Amino acid sequence: MDWITTVDHKKIAILYLWAGGLFFGIGGLEAILIRIQLIKPMNDFLDAQTFNELITMHGTTMIFLGVMPVIFALMNAVIPLQIGARDVAFPFLNALGFWTFLFGGILLNLSWIMGGAPDAGWTSYAPLSSSTYSTTHGVDFYTIGLQIAGLGTLIGGINFLATIITMRAPGMSYMRMPMFAWTTFITSAIILFAFPAITVGLVLLTFDRILGANFFEVGGGGSPVLWQHIFWIFGHPEVYILILPAFGIISEVIPTFSRKRLFGYSSMVFATILIAFLGFMVWAHHMFTTGLGPVANALFSVSTMLIAVPTGIKIFNWLFTMWGGQVRFTTPNLFAAGFIPTFTMGGVTGVMLASAPADFQFHDTYFVVAHFHYVIVGGLVLGLFAGLHYWWPKMFGRMLSESLGKWTFWTFIIGFHMTFFVQHFLGLMGMQRRVFTYLPNQQFDLLNLVSTIGAFLMGVGMIIFLINIYLTSRKPADASNDPWEDGRTLEWTIPSPPPEYNFKQTPLVRGIDAFWKEKTAGHTAMTPAEPVGSIHMPSATAIPFVMSVGIFIAGLGFMFSRDEFGNALMSFLFNNYIVTAIGLLITFGAMLIRSLYDDHGWHIEPEELEGR
Amino acid sequence: MMKTWQAVKRLLPMMSVFALILAGCGREDLSVLRPQGPVAESSLGLIKLSIMIMIVVLLIVFAIAAYVMIKFRRKPNQTEIPEQVEGNFKLEILWTVIPLILVVVLAIPTVKQVFAAGNDHSNDKNAIKVKVTGHQYWWEFEYGDYGVITAQDLVIPTGKDIAFELITKDVLHSFWVPSLSGKIDTNPAGTINRFSFSAQKEGVYRGKCAELCGPSHGFMEFKVKAVSNEEFEKWIESRKAPAVLPEDPALAKTFKDQCLQCHAVGDQGIANAPDLTGIGSREAIAGILINDDTREDGAPIEENLKTWLHDPQSVKPGNLMPNPKDLGLSDVEIDSIAEYLANYKLD
Repeated sequence: MDWITTVDHKKIAILYLWAGGLFFGIGGLEAILIRIQLIKPMNDFLDAQTFNELITMHGTTMIFLGVMPVIFALMNAVIPLQIGARDVAFPFLNALGFWTFLFGGILLNLSWIMGGAPDAGWTSYAPLSSSTYSTTHGVDFYTIGLQIAGLGTLIGGINFLATIITMRAPGMSYMRMPMFAWTTFITSAIILFAFPAITVGLVLLTFDRILGANFFEVGGGGSPVLWQHIFWIFGHPEVYILILPAFGIISEVIPTFSRKRLFGYSSMVFATILIAFLGFMVWAHHMFTTGLGPVANALFSVSTMLIAVPTGIKIFNWLFTMWGGQVRFTTPNLFAAGFIPTFTMGGVTGVMLASAPADFQFHDTYFVVAHFHYVIVGGLVLGLFAGLHYWWPKMFGRMLSESLGKWTFWTFIIGFHMTFFVQHFLGLMGMQRRVFTYLPNQQFDLLNLVSTIGAFLMGVGMIIFLINIYLTSRKPADASNDPWEDGRTLEWTIPSPPPEYNFKQTPLVRGIDAFWKEKTAGHTAMTPAEPVGSIHMPSATAIPFVMSVGIFIAGLGFMFSRDEFGNALMSFLFNNYIVTAIGLLITFGAMLIRSLYDDHGWHIEPEELEGR
Repeated sequence: MMKTWQAVKRLLPMMSVFALILAGCGREDLSVLRPQGPVAESSLGLIKLSIMIMIVVLLIVFAIAAYVMIKFRRKPNQTEIPEQVEGNFKLEILWTVIPLILVVVLAIPTVKQVFAAGNDHSNDKNAIKVKVTGHQYWWEFEYGDYGVITAQDLVIPTGKDIAFELITKDVLHSFWVPSLSGKIDTNPAGTINRFSFSAQKEGVYRGKCAELCGPSHGFMEFKVKAVSNEEFEKWIESRKAPAVLPEDPALAKTFKDQCLQCHAVGDQGIANAPDLTGIGSREAIAGILINDDTREDGAPIEENLKTWLHDPQSVKPGNLMPNPKDLGLSDVEIDSIAEYLANYKLD
């Protein structure tokens, strides 16, 4: 019950972590099944329809339900601490964001047991995703599940923008903010602009499928190319929503374990902003083969290549942060160090893909599969591993085992390169992506086998990580405030895990890497910016949970509104939108209660603070 | 010790890149790395240029990474605090300007080739004009100037530009012959795509669909058969000859009543499904059952036709061909039709 009603950012972070971990596990299993099917030519382990459902769900799950919540988990756990705040700006909304994400994700995955998962690819290109060619409810689960989950992401993004703008500790100007706070800020801004685009697209596709509209239906005057534009206007910035937080994590981990401040801090900030800006300018590079014409292709080629410049600045700044430092290879730093060359390999193939005439050959082949897995797994997932190992003691008060962590790193990264490096060649040798099998005698066999073995090795790495978490959870929570000893930012000044009010007294920030600055001045704690006083706390509430349940019921009701049920009562309830109405009533009722009932929260008094 | 191994591990992929590129990997009739026509060659030129630039970048990054990770490891009892460097203006300008230069080096030939690839050959008198139509899961080729429609095997004369006009009848597909040219999507009516390529050498090249189009997307293959000019003219002539129906009148009637409701042969039937004229001369049945019993993955054409006709769904899941047995054809009739089709050859 405590977990359902919580509005504490640290607990919500843990909820995000478990939910994200669960979906990540599902997505990973889907990946393993895909790789087993491709282990040899003409394999009949899976049938074609199931394979298409698996690739669709693997992509959708990993992007929307697997890595995004883990990013949100880290943001929730760390951002208020890093900027010296007692919570996020809107704790109630924070809980609402989590629950809508979770129920959206559950709805999407219900498709596996409720008559067919989505099968039109994670991009759901029309007309394949139209009701003419995708006749199960799969794509409905996709459109409605993602709308609900996307609502949560948008709420979360806005919340972080407000938090970072308004709740920084005294003295923390923007240019003194830790890099992870910066990338969270920019990521949230991208979410604010990109997610409405996909939401509109999903609404239009829902209308096409359920209400018989013609937005993407050629026969009715629509255009399937329109879907591609809407999807990628969201889809390309989405890549930066994913990778920028990883950049932020790496920018925290490397300085800590090099005992040096981040090299070129201000150029890092401007590179981040520039990447976000350019990220919105390049969506059509996913559409070079759609036939937009040479002018569009040339413009989007060149603008895409430009992203290499700010990204390169970041890579070299990280390398020069280590230069002249004292580099310690703890598990987080191993992942961070492994990130740099791996992500660079994903980045350079990105520049190759940007060249439109060459992309005519790369597009929709395993070369592209290799490229984006280098960026998303080799970049983001390695970054998340670094962040999780780094902040685990702060979140849970327990240090993860270093030796198991190192085993995780080596099996995962070796498995990763085995899986995806060879796929560059498969693509160049003529293997298209999203094929459920391939004919023998095309010289694809050996490389596919290597790739599958690599995927299993990555799976082993994940299992070791889970074992590590399990064993760690049985140990006493005895991590110190600053367990890595070289902590530089504010989260390392308070106990692990932090008390629910985070900071007894808001700290005074006197420079970049505030804690490090105090340490070098010979202090062991931050100078407070205020006397000890009464701390205002928000009340726990189940309303966000109830609202999300309502949206979930409404979504299901809408989806099945056209179905014939064997049971007359069921048909009556669904076909007359009664289920939809009940769901919406629950949501709006909960909103009404929230508006009418004034909750002033509660206070922790100074005596109680001192009593601890 | 660990570090040297790490450095070796980092260099290994690089060396394998070089080795594989030099070896020219993949099949000649399929691989992007072994181009057989000018369009694929110019793509490969760009690919090579970009790979070279990228390998240089990677080598620099790997070298610096290996150096700092080895050189600046924390030594035992090292407690003094390293100098807290803020950054270095000159260095940061350096690694802004150098990538910019590299981008320009790649951008210039890219833009040049983008516009070259956009050249429209549809009004070129010497070009062979072919209208490509994508269907779930087969390809239709219409030679408008010759009044010929065929399926699955695209026959082209060597050395001539083929001007394509592409469209789809159902979902999006993407037309791709890796060894001859990059791919282009087939969009529904109203958004017709045009492009062209040519083949220099006679031979059979493998073509594929590159856009997810349903369960049998991976099986939506076709062949490009490049022949000499004379052979091409001959093929067109024999392709226009009147239809040859089965000799047995009863079988001919069954064939007409059942198969020609969707298929066409010569001047008979309708072309809602792949045209069957001269199917005995094709390279493959259903695009994937290869008609070459000298190869281990091939089989005699009659056997392939029987495999297909006895259960089309098991060969290509989700395709629109009804099972002949459901149409009331007996096993004997199916086998006879397979035999007839196998022997329906063009000169």
